[in-house]
Amino acid sequence: MPQKPSSQSIARFSSACLALTLTIVLTGCSSNESTAGDGEITVYSGRSEELVEPLVEKFERESGTKVNVRYGETAAMASQLLEEGDKTKADVFLAQDAGALGAVAKEGLFSRLPDELLRQVPRQYRGSSGTWVGVTGRARVIAFNPETVPESKLPDDIFEITEPQWKGRVGIAPTNASFQSFVTAMRLTEGDERTEKFLTDLRANDVQIRERNGVILDDVDAGRLDLGLINHYYWYEKQAEIGEDKVNAKLHFLRNGDPGALVNVSGVGVLEQSGSDSDARDFVSYLLSEEGQRYFAEQTYEYPLTDDVSPADGLPRIDELSPPDIDLDDLDSLQQTIAMIRDSGLTN
Amino acid sequence: MLHIHRLPGRRLRARGLRRGHPRRPRGLIALSLLGTTIAATPLVYLVVRAREAGWSAAVETLAHPTTLPLLARSLGLATVVTVASVFIGAAAAWLVVGARFPGRGLFAVVAPLPLAVPSYVAAYAWVSAFPGMEGFWAAALVLTLCCYPYVYLPVAAALARADPGIDEVSRSLGAGGWRTFTRLKLPYLRPAIASGALLVSLYVVSDFGAVSVLRVTTFTRAIFTSLDLGFDRVTAVVLSTVLIAVTTVLVLGETLIRGRHHNGLTPVQRNVRRARLGSGAVPAGMFMITLVTLAVAIPAASIGYWTVRGAARSVPWPDIVEAARGSLLVSAAGAGLTVLLALPIGVLAARHRGTLPTLLERVTWMSHALPGVVVGLSLVFLSVNVVYPLYQSTSMLAVGYAVLFLPLAVGAIRVAASHSPLILEETARALGKRPSAVFATVTLPLAGPGVAAAALLVFLTCMKELPATLLLRPTELDTLATSLWSQTTVAAYASAAPFAAALVLLAAVPTYVLSRHIGALDNAGL
Repeated sequence: MPQKPSSQSIARFSSACLALTLTIVLTGCSSNESTAGDGEITVYSGRSEELVEPLVEKFERESGTKVNVRYGETAAMASQLLEEGDKTKADVFLAQDAGALGAVAKEGLFSRLPDELLRQVPRQYRGSSGTWVGVTGRARVIAFNPETVPESKLPDDIFEITEPQWKGRVGIAPTNASFQSFVTAMRLTEGDERTEKFLTDLRANDVQIRERNGVILDDVDAGRLDLGLINHYYWYEKQAEIGEDKVNAKLHFLRNGDPGALVNVSGVGVLEQSGSDSDARDFVSYLLSEEGQRYFAEQTYEYPLTDDVSPADGLPRIDELSPPDIDLDDLDSLQQTIAMIRDSGLTN
Repeated sequence: MLHIHRLPGRRLRARGLRRGHPRRPRGLIALSLLGTTIAATPLVYLVVRAREAGWSAAVETLAHPTTLPLLARSLGLATVVTVASVFIGAAAAWLVVGARFPGRGLFAVVAPLPLAVPSYVAAYAWVSAFPGMEGFWAAALVLTLCCYPYVYLPVAAALARADPGIDEVSRSLGAGGWRTFTRLKLPYLRPAIASGALLVSLYVVSDFGAVSVLRVTTFTRAIFTSLDLGFDRVTAVVLSTVLIAVTTVLVLGETLIRGRHHNGLTPVQRNVRRARLGSGAVPAGMFMITLVTLAVAIPAASIGYWTVRGAARSVPWPDIVEAARGSLLVSAAGAGLTVLLALPIGVLAARHRGTLPTLLERVTWMSHALPGVVVGLSLVFLSVNVVYPLYQSTSMLAVGYAVLFLPLAVGAIRVAASHSPLILEETARALGKRPSAVFATVTLPLAGPGVAAAALLVFLTCMKELPATLLLRPTELDTLATSLWSQTTVAAYASAAPFAAALVLLAAVPTYVLSRHIGALDNAGL
């Protein structure tokens, strides 16, 4: 112990430390404030870095605009945007699904996109208020095994799979988001009552439960299931994985606006306070350009949504699909859907 | 024996108080309030959002038929994992510290290592080794293997500083081994076990990583899902308040079990005498081998296997180095701030009885069991509305870590401070030193190892944190955890594994130092 009484006190010691921390803190403040047209934008991306980064780098090279990308889960980012409100640091929100874009749009946080951007994408694949556009599409399809199901016997509408001839032969993934948005679409077009009956009928018809779309496709392919409800691109991923012509399963597209033909989208919107930022618009425009659309189509086998680029081999053209006539913004509330699926006994 | 030790200190202190020292350590309380307030900020957010939602929405969510089963499942999982962790952690600690058997030194290094493995990494490692593994018991297994070090470390530290004289006296007075154990050892270890059990139970209640990989729908997973599916902040907020209630009950429970802490225990300058196990050495060795195989070797082998497979393609070294730098930066900031805030609270709780000091310390736990995403969103809310310049800065992320992990640091500091001999402080005060000077010149140096332990523990916990990091990090700053996350979203074990390996190896360093720390405490006689 020192001889002289120490002048150090807890308060001083701690204040010194706090002051030090604050100094570090204040010098470490983020400086991503972007102003309109300053050659820098911030993108909140709910799509993965692996997928988005190469495209962003190309855009940076071609436009000279610097893009700061913040990656996260689509839903958590939507919640973050809702908390941030008009103080967001984001100029652009690139989301994995329409529901998240709908949630942000309904809070009035997006600005309206210019018509020349909106025009590039068919009406049903963009936000009804013109605040966001789809970038890629994911079609719901029925995978079938042609060895056990001749094409002539395929169901014409989704309700047919609750009929006795399909008892125990159909696979679904009820905990999967893609199945849930399909059920939401059904609620929107057919009403809650009919959807509830569809779900309980499915269960009564001994529908086979799988954890993921990929497992359903594997089982259809191997003949363990005859039909399976999946998204179209799983088939192409499987083909890429095991080789051309090795996949037995085939895809069946429903017609006539059937809810089983839902096309959900990934999409992009520009935040309200960046509405006049030409860099943000340019980025959206780049995603819809031939280059951007081709990139997504090649990487993910998802549907390109503009006319310039055709989808993966063997897929019908986007304008040949007949998805249900719903406002994709309304896919934002899945809570009742989840409750309905749960109450039908499909998930426990 | 223990009472005899404690009495002189307390008398002196009482006399000191009578001589006109401030009855309440006002400075310490004021500084403690700072940390406690920061730790409680998520509560403000929850109240604001819950009020917006209104009572009826809250009641509806709470009364929903699925709420109770979810809560039951979470509590069931927490109970199973806590009980298992207490037995495994305490047994391992006793073997490593108190017994003599071959390989003891190696086990002392390896046993705490699961602390370096985030629960989602452990779960991925198990699932990739044993595909199809899922459900309640799978989660219970993986979480127990992740959590037992939270019991192991405090119990090992307590055993290392236990006075072997107590055992000797007890036996010389004719008490048998069992009686000595139940009457003396167990009560002595009770606070260490209780604090470890509290950490484990809250870890399990708030865990998202392992339960989502192993597909068990718990309360916390339901909170994530409600945000995920409906962007439904109301449900998330209402369910979070239930977690706060659960935390309150567990924290109160621990307060009761812990009992009165052994303030002023005389330092022991003797080495622990290790028990010879005789024929028990074989089962003891088997137990330790099984434990480290399951908890360390299997995850390590699985991560190693996928890293080697990934390396056959290419290892993104620059990305790994960049992410490691990010991890070190944010974790150091988090640990620094957390320890700073915890220091006055820990010392206050160790040195002063009464409602206020206890309350200040206990409140730091309130946010600990909240899901990271809720803490993240509440700090987004706070910083956007109150300290906007700090939003998405490393500092705000450090505040987030402090909110989540303050009780870890407070606990370590409190234990260290309460075991540093009170008599020295009383002497200093009797010699006329002001309380603040006593703190700086006596308490702090004596609590030094405890403060270091607190910093290490928080540091490695920050490294493993993911959901709050994703929400609060500066844009474009990657950590090993966030890089690992972005790789696992594309579901490729091989490309994720190098990041997992780097994360675990980096977190293993503070874990190792922490485990050596037990020895240091022992040698220092604290």
